[in-house]
Amino acid sequence: MNNWWKSGDPWIWLTAASVTVSIVTVAGLLSLIAWHGLAHFWPAAILEADYSENGSNKQVVIGEIRDQESIPLSQLQAAGVKVKGEQQMTRILLKTGNRDLFGADFRWVLQLDLQNQRYPPELMAIERREWGNFYGYLQAIKEHGQVVSEGAGAWPELQQRLDRVLQLHQQIRTIEKFKIGKLNYELEKLRLKQRRLELNHDTDPAKPVALAAQKVILQAQFETLNQQLTTLYEAIQRDSISANVMDGRVVNIPLSNIVKVYRPNSFSFLDKARFYMAKIWEFLSEEPREANTEGGIFPALFGTVIMVLIMSIMVTPIGVIAAVYLHEYAKQGILTRTIRIAVNNLAGVPSIVYGVFGLGFFVYFIGGNVDQWFFPEALPSPTFGTPGMLWASMTLALLTLPVVIVSTEEGLARIPSSIREGSLALGATKAETLWRTVIPMASPAIMTGLILAVARAAGEVAPLMLVGVVKLAPALVVDNNLPFLHLDRKFMHLGFHIYDVGFQSPNVEAARPLVYATAFLLVAVIIVLNLTAIWFRNHLREKYKALETA
Amino acid sequence: MLPPVSPLPLGEGPGVRANPPSTIITEYMTQNGTTLTHGIDFASLGRSEPILSLDNEDLCVEVKNLNLYYDNKQALRNINMQIPRRRVTAYIGPSGCGKSTLLRCFNRMNDLVDSVQIKGQILLDGNDIFDPAVNVAELRRRVGMVFQKPNPFPKSVYENVAYGFRLQGINSRRILDEVVEKSLKGAALWDEVKDRLHDNALGLSGGQQQRLVIARAIAIEPEVLLLDEPASALDPISTLKIEELINELKAEYTIVIVTHNMQQAARVSDYTAFMYLGELIEFGDTATLFTNPTKKQTEDYITGRYG
Repeated sequence: MNNWWKSGDPWIWLTAASVTVSIVTVAGLLSLIAWHGLAHFWPAAILEADYSENGSNKQVVIGEIRDQESIPLSQLQAAGVKVKGEQQMTRILLKTGNRDLFGADFRWVLQLDLQNQRYPPELMAIERREWGNFYGYLQAIKEHGQVVSEGAGAWPELQQRLDRVLQLHQQIRTIEKFKIGKLNYELEKLRLKQRRLELNHDTDPAKPVALAAQKVILQAQFETLNQQLTTLYEAIQRDSISANVMDGRVVNIPLSNIVKVYRPNSFSFLDKARFYMAKIWEFLSEEPREANTEGGIFPALFGTVIMVLIMSIMVTPIGVIAAVYLHEYAKQGILTRTIRIAVNNLAGVPSIVYGVFGLGFFVYFIGGNVDQWFFPEALPSPTFGTPGMLWASMTLALLTLPVVIVSTEEGLARIPSSIREGSLALGATKAETLWRTVIPMASPAIMTGLILAVARAAGEVAPLMLVGVVKLAPALVVDNNLPFLHLDRKFMHLGFHIYDVGFQSPNVEAARPLVYATAFLLVAVIIVLNLTAIWFRNHLREKYKALETA
Repeated sequence: MLPPVSPLPLGEGPGVRANPPSTIITEYMTQNGTTLTHGIDFASLGRSEPILSLDNEDLCVEVKNLNLYYDNKQALRNINMQIPRRRVTAYIGPSGCGKSTLLRCFNRMNDLVDSVQIKGQILLDGNDIFDPAVNVAELRRRVGMVFQKPNPFPKSVYENVAYGFRLQGINSRRILDEVVEKSLKGAALWDEVKDRLHDNALGLSGGQQQRLVIARAIAIEPEVLLLDEPASALDPISTLKIEELINELKAEYTIVIVTHNMQQAARVSDYTAFMYLGELIEFGDTATLFTNPTKKQTEDYITGRYG
């Protein structure tokens, strides 16, 4: 035993065990998130069954099985459910949809109460723009309220008419979002120009006239677009369908309210796979609907990536320059050492503190003053004096600055003095030596700092809530209006989206899988950003590998 | 005063060629009772040059009353000497005697060390290099340096040699191509690297790297070339090549070399200085210093009686 202890074997086991624990934790975490998040998009079959609670009169239920769990009988009895049977009961979470008719999307039922379970292939699921999913049987298709198709021919007819409606919807969206959005933006600019003239006491009579003329042109364009919209809206409201729901009622659904119609029970595996990919693409590329519980998360994905990029662009030069001064120029003494300790400690300050600082300093102080000096015409509504992309990026840049400084300094320290001397001996000044030789050689270390900074910044939520992230941003930070990049705008962020969907959503069951899916996406984004940086760093390392050999 | 310099250093004839193995005198020969008084068998070097004298030389560098301190510790004591133009001057002496420190004074490399204090003068072509008006970068362009360990930059061979020119803002492809070829030829490296000019210089062997560093130094055509133990990290064949190179380069450059290796000093130098504990003990033409030293310390050192 003593010998075994002395041999060092226990240490090997101990170290190996720690590594195992780490790997299992990471792998477990990722697979849990991935499983819960990705399974959400797989089309579930729609169950139809006869349901009778406690032997009361039968009714038909229709819905997707979303979850299943086993609970002890005693718990059910304690909850006031009158039930007899085995000690363990299975209960099922059914997504019955039709929130407009039944009040809730989800319902827990005991498996015991479900009889005659069946999966009729003609059962139809409809993804709607409002009120969540619809489940039921297609009855008829109507045009201006008149039935045009019924029975077996109705389904292909519905597909055709839906394609037309979706195209119309796309046109409406383009006009509303891009064309009218652009007009509004330009009208607002005109208003601001006019206000500026007033503020500057510009009495040139020609200018307001010119502005008014421009305004008339824009308003005329606006009218044309409005007319186009009216026609499109009339066209899109032409068709509707009627369908039976599970309690036998017949419901009218206008086609303009439909995103997608499908019959999952008749899907082959290939159809399901295709549907799955389409859903995932929709999740990545669409905007959210219905308080973020439906649709996609594209604005949040976009906001996260843009914020991290702007943060990187700001933190890298500042961090590198600070590190160069600290390491190359500053006299190494007590003051420098104090500064270095302070920088290291900054990395340990809780991130919400940075948020408070960002709000007080960047938003209110700097932003407020910027508005006074450069955007007085928009006051009292603030331009930069309100949380937005710029301030959020700067706050995170501040948060990650210590990481970049520390790793750049380490990189500079690793460069052999012989290289510096070699450059100096050729008549280079210190600055030339730094610029041409030392900093390029330290670039892998700078990239390492940036990788750590990106990893930290992309996952931060707390400070962002104070300096620019919102639940739903009306417009992206990048759009088709000059100057294309609007850093004053608020934005959406994946981390905050998780928080919002998970904790602030009125529809908990619908939101839960989205929490996992969004979390998975956030991890994936960070991994992609990091891999890019790591690839870049390895490329640089290869180029400047002298460090490793010297 | 000077003999006209041959544009082709190779033309100096076979007499200057070094012949390392035969110059080494082993200890047992002295124990066998031969009447050898000095460590170097000078005749075996095959040196055919006449005895040189500083009086006939054109002086390039002059050191006057040089004292150097690291904080309070004195590292160089009252050094006075003259370094002749287009000759090889070697410094020998035991480790820590200050020969490298003195060498690094010539291009003010010691400025990089905060604790160094220098008193005295070094005149390069009659002008004090410690004058506050002197531009240090300009001085270092005139006084090139090659270090003990090869230190090529992690760039291509081409960029290494072109570095000095690029620093001066010369980026014309035509000029650089010309300079790179000329310098690499001057450092006897051209034939070995001409097909991989754009490969990373770190892929070269140690000896090639050291010759690349020499090429890099002579690319900007300095007046003086300082060599700080340039062959100490190299194998014998690379060492031989470097020594041959030194012999060729002295036609155009004033060369100052620090070496641990007395045979090397005897082989390559025209003048030799012996330093001990920060003092210049003896300085004279190489043949005289090795065969007929005037100071006891010098004789003890070159015959190997120092530890």
